[in-house]
Amino acid sequence: MLPLPPGLRLLLREGLPPLPQHPPSPPAPRPTPPFTFAPRRLQLGPQHPLFEDGDVHRHLYLQGVLTSLEEVAERPKVSEFSCHISGCSQVFDTLESYEHHYNTLHRNVCSFCKRSFPSGNLLDIHILEWHDSLFQIMAEKQNMYQCLVEGCTEKFRSSKDRKDHLVTVHLYPADFRFDRPKKVKSGSKHTSSHVEQGTSVPMDVSVEMAEQSQVNPMETGPEESMEISQPAASPSPSLPEKRLYKSRIPSTICFGQGATRGFKGPRKKV
Amino acid sequence: MVPCPAALRRARRQEQLVSKRLLREDGAAQEGAQDGADVVPDPLSEDEVLELLRGVQRGSEDRKRWLGRLRWALQNEETQQKFVRLDGSIRTLTGLFTSSLAELQLEAARCLHELSHSSVPAVAEACLPVTSYLLTYLSGHSLELTELCLYTLGNLIVESEAVRKQLLPQGIIPVLASCIQSPHEAVLEGVGYVLSQLLQAKEAPTEIIPLVLDSALPQHMLQLVCSGLRAAMGAAVEFAWCLHYIICRHKDNELLLALGAVPTLTSLLLDLAAQIPQDASEGLELLVCPVLRCLSNLLAQTGCQGQDGRLLIAVFLILQCFLQQHPFLIHECLWLLNNLTADDPSFCSALLSLDLLPALLQLLTCSQMGTVLVLTVLCNMAEKGQFQCQQLLQQPLLAQLLPLLTLPDPEAVGQCLELLHLLFLHCPEVRAQGAGL
Repeated sequence: MLPLPPGLRLLLREGLPPLPQHPPSPPAPRPTPPFTFAPRRLQLGPQHPLFEDGDVHRHLYLQGVLTSLEEVAERPKVSEFSCHISGCSQVFDTLESYEHHYNTLHRNVCSFCKRSFPSGNLLDIHILEWHDSLFQIMAEKQNMYQCLVEGCTEKFRSSKDRKDHLVTVHLYPADFRFDRPKKVKSGSKHTSSHVEQGTSVPMDVSVEMAEQSQVNPMETGPEESMEISQPAASPSPSLPEKRLYKSRIPSTICFGQGATRGFKGPRKKV
Repeated sequence: MVPCPAALRRARRQEQLVSKRLLREDGAAQEGAQDGADVVPDPLSEDEVLELLRGVQRGSEDRKRWLGRLRWALQNEETQQKFVRLDGSIRTLTGLFTSSLAELQLEAARCLHELSHSSVPAVAEACLPVTSYLLTYLSGHSLELTELCLYTLGNLIVESEAVRKQLLPQGIIPVLASCIQSPHEAVLEGVGYVLSQLLQAKEAPTEIIPLVLDSALPQHMLQLVCSGLRAAMGAAVEFAWCLHYIICRHKDNELLLALGAVPTLTSLLLDLAAQIPQDASEGLELLVCPVLRCLSNLLAQTGCQGQDGRLLIAVFLILQCFLQQHPFLIHECLWLLNNLTADDPSFCSALLSLDLLPALLQLLTCSQMGTVLVLTVLCNMAEKGQFQCQQLLQQPLLAQLLPLLTLPDPEAVGQCLELLHLLFLHCPEVRAQGAGL
């Protein structure tokens, strides 16, 4: 225990009283050798020995050796419930699994062609480039294909030019899954190298005037046999949607208690 | 008190202290796990790993179970290496990771996360094809997936320069600048973790820190560090360390100073000191440590005067609180004290008027480094002139100083002599006392 005077916390809260002014000293004489001390503020770099113990402590915390800051709540099980999207028969017993399912399959889904996308941004771009005829018209006059990378404002004349940019400047893979060029040829079947998300049945063929995506009544869902169950897989479109429709939920809304969960269990020591 | 193994210290000295975070479910149905989560599986043979891969590649009903088995097996480092060497293994995982099959996607993500934990750089580099997708899903809405992606990225970043070299042009900084606006604590903590790893890279001063300072990240970081007392402590800790990594590597921190880092962090330290109970609450030291470092370095870089005098009180309250449990904080506090007292006579005077000197003197013998630091602070005070020296000498100072002259540490002895010289210089009458002892 340190011998501290009482009342310090009070001073902290209420501020220091006016402290006695000490008589000003004459300017300090320059230190005479062999004495060299002069007070100075010290800047310490990342590898300074003073930081050693603190850095090790931080390391132990990350590796999970120390007690965690918060108690990790167990994921509570609820009684089984099913997804409320019509046509989807998936069942869940935790809110987390439902949230993930919903976000993967239903959240950023193109209402025209049922493809799902990882983010709202990619969905927006897809709708613009695949289902907006005005886009096609404007694309003939100016660079309309925007770069997919957040923070990059470049736009390009064509999908191919954009892909070249993604590959050379942003080091993206050449087969980036969320940058498929729109198919132009009719009668093309999906091959295993053209992996699309979700079904590929455009709801309204008449919307696309310049380039037609082929309505292939044989395709109701599974791509490269990875899809087991896809919702809304019916090949016969109901009322065609003329305006752009996006299914969006503000990002502040989340299901379950994702917010307070840190880690799902005791961390492993390596 | 958590023991501080000599091996870790040595690793840190050699700049080889690699920290990684691992998310792993406790009690998830794990094949072969007998008595719970602490069993690490044995390495598999090449054939067994191949069998797992084939099981995962087949589009069968129990694909999820195969993935689960793979994930469990990948807890073993040797198995990890065998797996990434198999043709098509990463491609298969990537395909599942980017599919819209929610459960498989999550399992595949967990497999990738296990791989990220490898201490073999080749395994991290095998994950290069996945990085663009990891970034893509950070802009998604699935919290669990986002969290996994963040920690996987953070682990890969610390392991491989090739990964970092790819992630920067892929736009990781702008993506993180978006993610830091998430309202979800788990995501924020993950963002802080990723950033903390990026900022410690050896190329950080030239390649990374400028980009970070150019983005919207700094103001959010400062905000989140300060909100730690009310909520999101985990995130506050991460961003405090991030700020430390920037400040101690960056030559001049104009931007952070312009954002008001000094008053902000001062205010935080005061709040922290006011709230800590007499016995240390676990985990608070993880936040206090980097905040002390940031403030101390910023003060050293600006030379600014007129700090809040209550900082002195805060430092001593922190010292008292963590003395027993986390003595490493003593050095950090003393360093801040030095920077506060070096060229600010009012702080030296306040230390005396507030009667904090006895506590300071108690720390004279806490450790080798501590001795030198306390002596330096005392020198700062003595250098200010006769009045301060007289005040100092009202304590039994000489009796405590003279034994230090016999210490084996030349730095401590040297600093002690400097202090004695200053005392004798300003208070010559004391020389006789010193000779008498």
